[in-house]
Amino acid sequence: MTSISLNVNGRQVSGEAEDRTLLVEFLRTNLGMTGTHVGCDTSQCGACVVHVDGQAVKSCTMLAVQANGSDVTTIEGLASNGTLHPVQKAFHENHGLQCGFCTPGMIMAATDMIRRHGSALDEKTVRQELEGNICRCTGYHNIVKSILAAAAEMGNAQQAAE
Amino acid sequence: MYETNYHRGSSVSEAASLLAGSDEAKLLAGGQTLIPTMKQRLAAPSDVVDIRHIAELKGISVSGSKVTIGAATSHAEVAQSADIANVCPALCGLAAHIGDPHVRHMGTIGGSIANNDPAADYPAAMVALDATIHTNKRTISASDFFVGLFETALDEGEIVTAVSFDAPSKAAYQKFPNPASRYAMAGVFVAQGNGGIRVGVTGAGSEGVFRSSEMEEALAANFSPAALDAIAVDPAGMLADIHGSAVYRANLVKVMARRAVAAAG
Amino acid sequence: MGVEGIGARVARKEDKRFITGKGRYTDDMVVPGMKHAVFVRSPHAHAKIKSIDTSSASAMPGVIGILDGKQLTEDGIGSLICGWAVHSKDGSPMNMGVWRPLAEDTVRYVGDAILIVVADTGDQARAAAEAVVIDYEELPAVTTALAALKDGAPQIHPEADHNLIFDWEIGNGADVDAAIANAAHVTNLDVDNNRLVPNAMEPRATLGVYDDSEEHYTCWTTSQNPHVARLVMSAFYNVAPENKLRVIAPDVGGGFGSKIYIYPEEIVCLWASKRTGVPVKWTADRTEAFLTDAHGRDHVSNIKIAFDADNRITALKVDTIANLGAYMSLFSSSVPTYLYATLLSGQYNIANVHANVRTVYTNTTPVDAYRGAGRPEASYLVERAMETAARELGVSPAELRRKNFITQFPHQTPVIMNYDGGDFGASLDAATKAADYDGFPARKAEAAGRGKLRGIGMSCYIEACGIAPSKAVGSLGAGVGLWESAEVRVNAVGTIEVLTGSHSHGQGHETTFAQLVAERLGVGMDTVSIVHGDTDKVQMGMGTYGSRSGAVGMSAVSVALDRVEAKAKKVAAHLLEADESDIVIENGELKVAGTDKSVPWFQMALACYTAHNLPDGMEPGLKESAFFDPTNFSFPAGCYICEVEVDPETGKTEIIQFVAADDFGNIINPMIVEGQVHGGVAQGIGQAMLESCIYDPDTGQLLTASYMDYAMPRADDLPSFDVSTTVTPSPSNPLGIKGCGEAGAIGSPPAVINAITDAIGSNKLEMPASPQAVWAALNAK
Repeated sequence: MTSISLNVNGRQVSGEAEDRTLLVEFLRTNLGMTGTHVGCDTSQCGACVVHVDGQAVKSCTMLAVQANGSDVTTIEGLASNGTLHPVQKAFHENHGLQCGFCTPGMIMAATDMIRRHGSALDEKTVRQELEGNICRCTGYHNIVKSILAAAAEMGNAQQAAE
Repeated sequence: MYETNYHRGSSVSEAASLLAGSDEAKLLAGGQTLIPTMKQRLAAPSDVVDIRHIAELKGISVSGSKVTIGAATSHAEVAQSADIANVCPALCGLAAHIGDPHVRHMGTIGGSIANNDPAADYPAAMVALDATIHTNKRTISASDFFVGLFETALDEGEIVTAVSFDAPSKAAYQKFPNPASRYAMAGVFVAQGNGGIRVGVTGAGSEGVFRSSEMEEALAANFSPAALDAIAVDPAGMLADIHGSAVYRANLVKVMARRAVAAAG
Repeated sequence: MGVEGIGARVARKEDKRFITGKGRYTDDMVVPGMKHAVFVRSPHAHAKIKSIDTSSASAMPGVIGILDGKQLTEDGIGSLICGWAVHSKDGSPMNMGVWRPLAEDTVRYVGDAILIVVADTGDQARAAAEAVVIDYEELPAVTTALAALKDGAPQIHPEADHNLIFDWEIGNGADVDAAIANAAHVTNLDVDNNRLVPNAMEPRATLGVYDDSEEHYTCWTTSQNPHVARLVMSAFYNVAPENKLRVIAPDVGGGFGSKIYIYPEEIVCLWASKRTGVPVKWTADRTEAFLTDAHGRDHVSNIKIAFDADNRITALKVDTIANLGAYMSLFSSSVPTYLYATLLSGQYNIANVHANVRTVYTNTTPVDAYRGAGRPEASYLVERAMETAARELGVSPAELRRKNFITQFPHQTPVIMNYDGGDFGASLDAATKAADYDGFPARKAEAAGRGKLRGIGMSCYIEACGIAPSKAVGSLGAGVGLWESAEVRVNAVGTIEVLTGSHSHGQGHETTFAQLVAERLGVGMDTVSIVHGDTDKVQMGMGTYGSRSGAVGMSAVSVALDRVEAKAKKVAAHLLEADESDIVIENGELKVAGTDKSVPWFQMALACYTAHNLPDGMEPGLKESAFFDPTNFSFPAGCYICEVEVDPETGKTEIIQFVAADDFGNIINPMIVEGQVHGGVAQGIGQAMLESCIYDPDTGQLLTASYMDYAMPRADDLPSFDVSTTVTPSPSNPLGIKGCGEAGAIGSPPAVINAITDAIGSNKLEMPASPQAVWAALNAK
């Protein structure tokens, strides 16, 4: 057992876990944060995407101990003070989710995508960037629409601030 | 996953001694292949030595035409490197299409080449760019480094520290992805450098990455897609699986090569 | 329509918990003392179990128990059932083999469950499962239906000679043969329908909790129909009487049919909880899901369509062999029969239709309903054959279809269905207009200039939803009735709870059902809560599958609302000293029409519960229920057009545009309906171009058992879709709803393949049209 300390969603947390414990298992089991999901065992579906030190990673493909000392943001930490993140809001407004199982990973992937591309995102890029996130319900149509809407809104917000 | 012991190396020498401390230890860089393999219980290292945080393994330097990339540099960092883009944009393009964004944030160039998956992208670039693989013990030319499927010239305990190459005058990479896994079913990196034209092929060969001397000769005579028209890629040396027969892969190699030449301009 | 009522594009009420990580799925559940289960499964497709040695595994750290099939039998746990009896044409019953939840003597597919291992942690259970030693005698395996029927094929169940489960027919065979003999033209096509893995993103999971003090079981499970699960586990598997078994299907991450069935794992985890004395949780990993979730499709067929000299269809004949896998799953028998052959008349006026269907055991994963369930197979056959016929006859595919459309309703087909309404021409017009069908030749020429092969394909599908009435499905062999229930509870402060037997696992019932209430009672949606998925809370219900929740489930709500409304009006009339017939419900008030007299909704509700001033003889309270049984199936139909470009050098196909013009009857929430179409079309495109379940024919190993080899549709495989609807209300239910959940998956595969075969100029192409397959078809010419 190793003691693992992380800053999860702005809060310092620690726990004991075997070295083989995956980050997603640590989040779900040790911390009881079940918003991050596991949808496959070959590191392809992206239901488990979280941000580690500001970048989207698959928490099923990282040992918890690898993340020791890191900042982790999960779906539970995206809204601030009850206000939805623009990506969460866009998924809601554009019906970007159905069963909700892939949604946490999709939203975390989308926020990372917008961080890297900004409002320059176009449909083709969004679709390519979603290669690591599988959805079975939506046909991606409204996910793509949600991400484009969020990117535009966040771009506008940034412009307004500047 | 079977039990394992995690160690975080802070320097190459420390990582080397941690690695030497156990017969069953493995290096863990980005972990994007190793951890899935461990999850499927196909690998069971007693110890894993994390080299992702070792500063001396990170970073990109471009000096004139000489490009050096630290082994722990992520695919995303290579993809976004303005310095590399100035001298060899084809490599940025290759890195930008490895796996998916999340994989690219973690996966490293050193991990990719040390694993030598027959469908990985980087090996094609390394042989086509006539790259040098630097380890904690020696330097190895890319042609000697990639030995066979998942097999390299690395000795026990040897750690890839960097790769370096001279930027080519022109280069391009084209791949045809497997419809399911998105790994390359045929990926061709064409480069024209000081040593001539080199063509690296990944994803298709039954022995892993290979150079096509026939294509290289044809392109040396005439660097144009049409120069490859007469070449027949032999299916005998191709991988075959449910996604692509040897004949289909042989076709893809030729098509991707032509497109790479066209893209290289 | 108000901003929240019927027809409004209301954003979903349930979204917030899902977008903030607060959804609660079965694997998220934790109860005190909970332990973890792993199943030991057969690595062989067909083998005798000679011995099982669990001695060293049992001694491993954390292991609580390792249980086998013999113990299960000792405890009287029943075998899995098939809930729909189909008889062969000679009148004989199905040749059904035995499916034990844990195999005792023989395993029949890779993944067949043998043991359950319960341990403190999942890793410990997995380690112990690996340490179990089982000695097998391997037997020859067979994976395809055609091979399984042959003399000398491995015999999978003693009950089914030549592995034949039944040999069934429907329609007027002699008339069909005569019409084919006299036809001016016959289109004859051999068509396979590829086996698929449903792949809901949430893997199946179950948590079984036995409370010995109450002799009571609780089962959390990933189910589309928790009440049916309880009924079946109680009545057939002898787990516990219904009043001692609570089944909860919390948030469920997609189903697509695969979560209808009661699988061995639910039964075994409940039983193991009693045997071991601890709560037992099992969650499938994705590989297990590939191996054990009921698969879909897997037909081999021949279709013949006969035309007269005027290109009118005179007969349609189909011969199908359906692979049902190693065991008969819950509704497996109905899928290739009553859900399939009854739709073979398509949208066309055909006097003579006949189908023969043989179902066959193989050493593969059991096959059952997957999104569309029989109807995609029918639609694929008919619509590929229609497009082929148009090419053979040298006429426009659109006009050949239009010429043969049914235009008068009701229309009795020769294969049971009585189509009660529709306007197929309207869908065709909408689709061809949206796709600029007539402008295609210019686009093809332009693409040719770029070295691309452009093709266009069409499909005019019809399907049947809201399978009903119960009496009719009972006469066809169904073991259950297919009604739905609802209870509408108006609370004393006027807020409303709707308890529905439908189950939402992505469909958005918490929104659409609330929209119906808002429309009817003039109250805000935020005052309406939809309760589902728990047998302790909700009255008996039949669950969600077959696109039935709108047509049947919401109709039950509607009938219950009629009763609530009737009583509310009586109370209001009494309070307002008006005539009941003058009361109207508007904007949260009950008003006397044409006056300014009114009583607020909440005040009327309060009056029902204080009961101080109710009409003489009226019972207090305001709560009504309904069990709704439709008068007929509903018949969604539409026209889909797909346009593709093929790269001839690689065989890679890109979908340039996909147009879906559907008639779903009345629509509650267009945004949700469009989402259902998007998802269905994506799954249909997946079937047509990507997905394929491949078994090694010798070993019976599933070669596509992960996302490394099973090509799931991803965002960059798909275009954005052009989706529209026309409306002819269904006459079989009070809301006029037809159902929209499966249409996309039913209509799209033939449109895609018709487009690709048009592009490459060859009709020799099976699904999935992978790059390799298309390239091979191009180079075989």
